[in-house]
Amino acid sequence: MDTSIIQQYTAKDFKSDQYVRWCPGCGDYAVLNTLQKVMAELGVPPHETAVISGIGCSSRLPYYISGYGFHSIHGRGAAVATGVKVANPKLTVWQITGDGDCLAIGGNHFIHSVRRNVDINVILFNNQIYGLTKGQYSPTTKKGYVTKSSPFGTIERPFRPAELTFGARGTFFGRTLDVDLKSAQMTILAAAKHKGTSVVETLVNCVIFNDGAHNWLSEKETRYDRLVILEHGKPMIFGKNNDKGLALDGMQLKIVTLGENGVTENDVLIHDAHCEDSTLQLKLAMMEGPEFPIAVGVIRDVETESYDEAMTNQIAEIQAKSKIKTFDDLIDSCEQWEM
Amino acid sequence: MSNIKTTELENVVVRFTGDSGDGMQLTGTLFSNLSAILGNEISTFPDFPSEIRAPQGTLGGVSGFQVHLGASKIYTPGDEADVLVAMNPAALKVNADGIKKGGVLIFDEDSFKKSDFEKAGFKTENPFEELNISDTIQLIPAALSTLTQSSLEGFDMDNKTVLRSKNMFALGLICWLFNRPIDQAIHFLTNKFGKKPSVLQANVKVLTDGFNYGNNLHLSVSTYTIEKSHELPKGKYTSISGNKAAAWGLIAASKKAGLELFLGSYPITPATDIMQELALRKDLGVKVVQAEDEIAGITIALGASFAGQLAATSTSGPGLALKSEAIGLAVMAELPLVIIDVMRGGPSTGLPTKTEQTDLLQALYGRNGESPAVVIAANTPADCFHYAFMASKIALEHMTPVILLTDSYLGNGTSLWKLPKLNELPEIKPNFAKPGMEGLRVTARDEVSKVRYWTIPGIKGFEQRNGGLEKDYSTGALSTDPVNHQKMVDTRNEKIEYINNFIPELKVEGNEKAELLVVGWGSTHGHLMTAVNAMNKKGNKIALAHFNYINPLPKNTEEVIKRFKKVVVCELNSGQFATYLRSKVPGEYLQFNKVQGQPFTVTELEEHFEGLLK
Repeated sequence: MDTSIIQQYTAKDFKSDQYVRWCPGCGDYAVLNTLQKVMAELGVPPHETAVISGIGCSSRLPYYISGYGFHSIHGRGAAVATGVKVANPKLTVWQITGDGDCLAIGGNHFIHSVRRNVDINVILFNNQIYGLTKGQYSPTTKKGYVTKSSPFGTIERPFRPAELTFGARGTFFGRTLDVDLKSAQMTILAAAKHKGTSVVETLVNCVIFNDGAHNWLSEKETRYDRLVILEHGKPMIFGKNNDKGLALDGMQLKIVTLGENGVTENDVLIHDAHCEDSTLQLKLAMMEGPEFPIAVGVIRDVETESYDEAMTNQIAEIQAKSKIKTFDDLIDSCEQWEM
Repeated sequence: MSNIKTTELENVVVRFTGDSGDGMQLTGTLFSNLSAILGNEISTFPDFPSEIRAPQGTLGGVSGFQVHLGASKIYTPGDEADVLVAMNPAALKVNADGIKKGGVLIFDEDSFKKSDFEKAGFKTENPFEELNISDTIQLIPAALSTLTQSSLEGFDMDNKTVLRSKNMFALGLICWLFNRPIDQAIHFLTNKFGKKPSVLQANVKVLTDGFNYGNNLHLSVSTYTIEKSHELPKGKYTSISGNKAAAWGLIAASKKAGLELFLGSYPITPATDIMQELALRKDLGVKVVQAEDEIAGITIALGASFAGQLAATSTSGPGLALKSEAIGLAVMAELPLVIIDVMRGGPSTGLPTKTEQTDLLQALYGRNGESPAVVIAANTPADCFHYAFMASKIALEHMTPVILLTDSYLGNGTSLWKLPKLNELPEIKPNFAKPGMEGLRVTARDEVSKVRYWTIPGIKGFEQRNGGLEKDYSTGALSTDPVNHQKMVDTRNEKIEYINNFIPELKVEGNEKAELLVVGWGSTHGHLMTAVNAMNKKGNKIALAHFNYINPLPKNTEEVIKRFKKVVVCELNSGQFATYLRSKVPGEYLQFNKVQGQPFTVTELEEHFEGLLK
């Protein structure tokens, strides 16, 4: 690519003329702003950007981005996005989805698009509730949680999006917290640059039906004690005072405090997001509070051929070999006789 | 040779039957193709079980292939067989009703033993008497297994592989019976098995021995010759199945439109061949995604349509049910999409390998909301090409989903096809947004045809947000305004209705001054036309109006129907088209319906029409 012709965009260039209609205080606003900043930084012009969604609060997002957008049907965003990307691999394709859209009605499409490794960037808004239908439990709602459809608490075990992504052989998994803008921007930008399906779980707050679900994480005072921002090649250090780290204890992760019991930075694990073997990455992604910090940032980022690339390559390979170049050649190739 | 009588025939029906592992489909295909090369018109129909390999020799595993060949007007694979080849008693039992009186039965003596009779559920060791056919048909026993074994003596093959070639012995025998030189069959085999010389050699040897066996033994039946066709327009022909023709029709349309062809699909009987055929065509740039399910099949295709390609999906009834919501999205987003439904017996899983016309109302109405889509249907295996092409043309030029209805009978059957050239086909001009129209709203459309302008991602200045929510007619913004919704519903309806300016008028075939008008649609054309012609030949006055364009209907539909006093709607369902027609052109319609997983027979149609004329 000739870098001299890359245009410089600002977030404003990716804002559409539509009025944003989420509830005041909704976590989705922060993600929208972050996304527009990332799009500007990425430098792909709006007309080469396609934003695809299914149904739900977050799936309204395509209306608010100035590129090409398709607000499709419930759960099918991954499939529509697959079609868009494979049909025109030159487009940068985003899939906007929520925990219900992606993991309940769209679960099948989600795992298969991840398995195929289609080059799409999936932003999975996880607020652990159905917002647009007014407060039913979702596949990520914590067990026992009281919602309108679980008045006595849910009896279902929730999905962990990371585990599903890893199980579907995902090549990219990142996590962000709606209010932690810097790490979110870094993570979403890395997702956009990743070739293949990138899944970014963004923990968002639903002010109406599940307010404060992530509060224990979001609160400014304690935020950096409760989450660890993972960056490839950097030590896994966290804490308000940057004094805690993650280390291995046999096969298990443990928290160490720098300066205590002779622990130094050298004892802390260095994050390897590019490692093919996902064992440690999965462990990091599955950490739960309050014993452990929640991992945000790029947890896994492994390069392999994307589906759309493989399709393009296979077509080129067959076209170079085949004698059939045109429709008339195809007709000529069949068993035929004069009558 | 001299003592053998040769009978000249106008047309003949041959049915090959055996276990699903006996190679009857291949045998039938080879025989019909070489007949076509010799100048006959052909129509074929395979009839196979949904089990891949049912227990050998049982009724459930019987597979059949029927071919009708003749000098002219071969519109159907024929009703009853003049010649039945039965590889075992089960095949005979399943097909005994389908042999013509005076017909010929060729059977494998080696497989007509006590244990075979038991497997087929015969109570005695004389199946012919038990089936009450011993006096009405001519029997040609041939020890196909033993003869094949001795034919391949000295070949380095195990017995199982040897016996797999016995279908070629039967083919050789049939070639002798119909005076077909086997050179052409050898040529076909060379094409098929060229890469496996030992298999090729064995098949050719057995085929030749089968032919010579008939020739040398002077079997005590007459042989037949069939006249060449003298009615077909001159040109190059091939024999093609409906599924292959449909796949190629899509390819031709994509080339005409200057777009890539994209198929999103999921395997389903009897439509899978369309996907498989297109998957082969990477050389022509066709992109096929085998999706995780039916819904993904169509939504992946719709994504490709959004991205600006000719997008299609192929399915059968149960799959069409799953695709309804996405078809609705294509209606709402006004995107082009071709949906090919190769209908099969239903409801639910139904009769996966059998034929029916029972998805018509589902195609027309099986969606939520006011959701008009174009519905068209093909007549013959070969014209699946034309209708797949037309489905694409209409979808692209009118920005709408188009459902093409074919069925198992068309999809798997074959007929002769005059080979087209791309430059002979009509132009396809999608309604792209043009330079100068930058900034246009997502609902912007041609005010006469109501066709929305197609904006393609990647092109600067046309960035739009589309979707399944109702939009304002003028601004394209989301809208729940009551008056606007009415206007949008009406607009989408008018857009579909307007397409009747581009489709051919309804034709009346047969006797224009008929006392009875037969009405049909889709794959029944051959049977209806044959029956109508036969009736008129006998001095009756009867006509046929056959529909390929169902929504919208041809402009002259009402005028044609009202011309006739008595109208009978014939279809392979319980009256779906009749119901639809009553809603569009109110009046009195008689019905003739059959839902048995099988096509009409000409005989039953004639009998019914005779009754109506009395």
